[in-house]
Amino acid sequence: MILAQIPASELRTRLARGHLALQVGPFRFRVTSPLASVSEGLATLYPDFELVAEDEFIDFHVSVTPPAGVRRWIRPQANFSFDGRVPFKPLPADQAMPMLEWGLNWVISNHAHQYLMLHAAVVERNGRAMILPAPPGSGKSTLCAGLVNRDWRLLSDELTLIRLTDGLVVPISRPVSLKNRSIEIVRGLGRHVVVGTPCADTGKGTVAHMRPPTDSVRRMAEPARPAWVVFPQFIQNGEPTCEARGKSTAFVELVHNAFNYNLLGLAGFNALSGLVDACDVHRITYGSLEQAYTAIDALTGE
Amino acid sequence: MMPAEQIKSPVNSRPMAHSDLVVTLLREPGNAAGFSTSEWDLLVRQARHADVMGQLHARLSDAGQLGNLPEAARRHLDTAWNLSQRHRLAVRWELLGIANTLAPLNIPVVLLKGAAYYAAGRMAARGRLFTDVDILVPKAALDSVERIFIRSGWVPTHLNAYDQRYYRQWMHELPPMQHARRGTLIDIHHTLLPPTTGVNCDAAALIAAAQPLEDAELAAFKVLAPSDMLLHSATHLFYGEFDRGLRELVDLDQLIRELGTEPDFWAATVDRARQLDLLNPLHHAVRYTHLLLGTPIPDVVLRAPLDPTIDAIRQRLLDALFLRAFRPDHVSCNDAATRLARWLAFVRSHWLRMPVHLLVPHLFYKAVIAPRKEAAGA
Repeated sequence: MILAQIPASELRTRLARGHLALQVGPFRFRVTSPLASVSEGLATLYPDFELVAEDEFIDFHVSVTPPAGVRRWIRPQANFSFDGRVPFKPLPADQAMPMLEWGLNWVISNHAHQYLMLHAAVVERNGRAMILPAPPGSGKSTLCAGLVNRDWRLLSDELTLIRLTDGLVVPISRPVSLKNRSIEIVRGLGRHVVVGTPCADTGKGTVAHMRPPTDSVRRMAEPARPAWVVFPQFIQNGEPTCEARGKSTAFVELVHNAFNYNLLGLAGFNALSGLVDACDVHRITYGSLEQAYTAIDALTGE
Repeated sequence: MMPAEQIKSPVNSRPMAHSDLVVTLLREPGNAAGFSTSEWDLLVRQARHADVMGQLHARLSDAGQLGNLPEAARRHLDTAWNLSQRHRLAVRWELLGIANTLAPLNIPVVLLKGAAYYAAGRMAARGRLFTDVDILVPKAALDSVERIFIRSGWVPTHLNAYDQRYYRQWMHELPPMQHARRGTLIDIHHTLLPPTTGVNCDAAALIAAAQPLEDAELAAFKVLAPSDMLLHSATHLFYGEFDRGLRELVDLDQLIRELGTEPDFWAATVDRARQLDLLNPLHHAVRYTHLLLGTPIPDVVLRAPLDPTIDAIRQRLLDALFLRAFRPDHVSCNDAATRLARWLAFVRSHWLRMPVHLLVPHLFYKAVIAPRKEAAGA
């Protein structure tokens, strides 16, 4: 059963009472929240996700709830909590849905050490994955949204999970996080694109999330073999460029992009060097999504 | 005097809610197959919040039970175990650096707590995470130790004048120091307990009895002799703030299971506790490891109260407090009585550590003045 199959009123009740658990890639999350914005956000962004039955094992129990005291009513706030622990300061209540997304990122990146975790988007075509590592502001999420609205499958927008046992990328096709101007750009990608309610004035400016394509969500159990690492950089009015990078440079850059490289020790080194060995590495700059598509099609031989 | 069998169900503590699953499993790791999937869900959460997931992995592995776990729960335990292996490497690296730093001083350096369990190859280190390195040095060498650490890139924490004075005047350790680049923490002790407790624990005797390590790379360090190691861990827990009560109880359980089988261990430990004025924490350690984790303790040690000031009534009160305070710090065990017990255990630790004429001004400063200063500074 998928989330879209429960009526809105029942979703709201189940969410408020702690009876909503979702299969999100390799993880099972129980999400609890009395807030309407979270219930609506889930209905918009997670409709195709599988529900987990009541008595199953849950990996992570999270909630987004109003704090006790006056901030429940006056300039209301929301707290993210991971199984009773509150890792962040509260945010204004209208940011509850982005807070849930950020909270899930935090929970995964702090606990899922059975994977080498890279801060990178990752997409797949014909069984081969392309990893797009980049710092915030480089246009990685916009490019990722663009690619998955062409013929690429979304594996992840934020967290690339490399399985330590076989080096495959394990999908976690959660909503794609968009900021500021990219929200309009992604909305313009087509009528089928669904973007959730934007939240203004967050720590990252205005943010909104794009619903992951249904096909990507349905195929979340299919891992993919990494084939390319592409460092993207959007440059306003810039000329498109594409250059091959040395593997050692790429290795070092990926170490900086990894959440748990140090923590994994030798296993992390082996996973990352295996990844770099198996991939063609390039850096592309582009002034428009069309230019980026052209460069990527050329790289992938399409 | 209660026979050992009877104290297993102390009258005054209501039977623990069935929800303390992680304690149940630590006590009887052979029963891993007896838990349902949803119980495993709760177990993993309790183990994570009590910071004992890696230790649980070690216990289940010894009992040959890892194959009896649901796969999803197994993944979390395996991850915790791998993380603990990584911590061992990190602690070793840190110890080698500390050995280098202190080499010119040519003083005895005794490792305490987690780092000692690791360096001495104790079972208690298995699966455990390490938050800092604790060392014990002769009091006379304290200033030179502090200076040489600062020269080697370590930075004192708690820089405000009040905290500095609090540590230096009343405590058994310097304010913790942090390495500027690695971010690691070191606690430098000159004795086991704050002098303000009134417990006259002879640090020189502990250092004199400390034992060398078999690990040649760590030859710069010593560890406390077996009885002293147990006494220190008991002291740390029962004079401490109970923020990781269950984890420390698990340490004690492992130390006792490993060291307690040596002939004469118990006679020597009770004698040593009497000599060091530490019968009280030893009493608590044997009672609560035995009651909660089923740690084997000889009847003769369990039967007589090791601390004669603990009569039947006081014992009941202490049981009511501690049996709750040791519950895993997780929402599933957070009823009002347990929260109260944890708070009382915290208050008790301060009560034990400082006489009233020092404690009241200290708590006033921490509760009223420090928050204002912080707010003014922020």
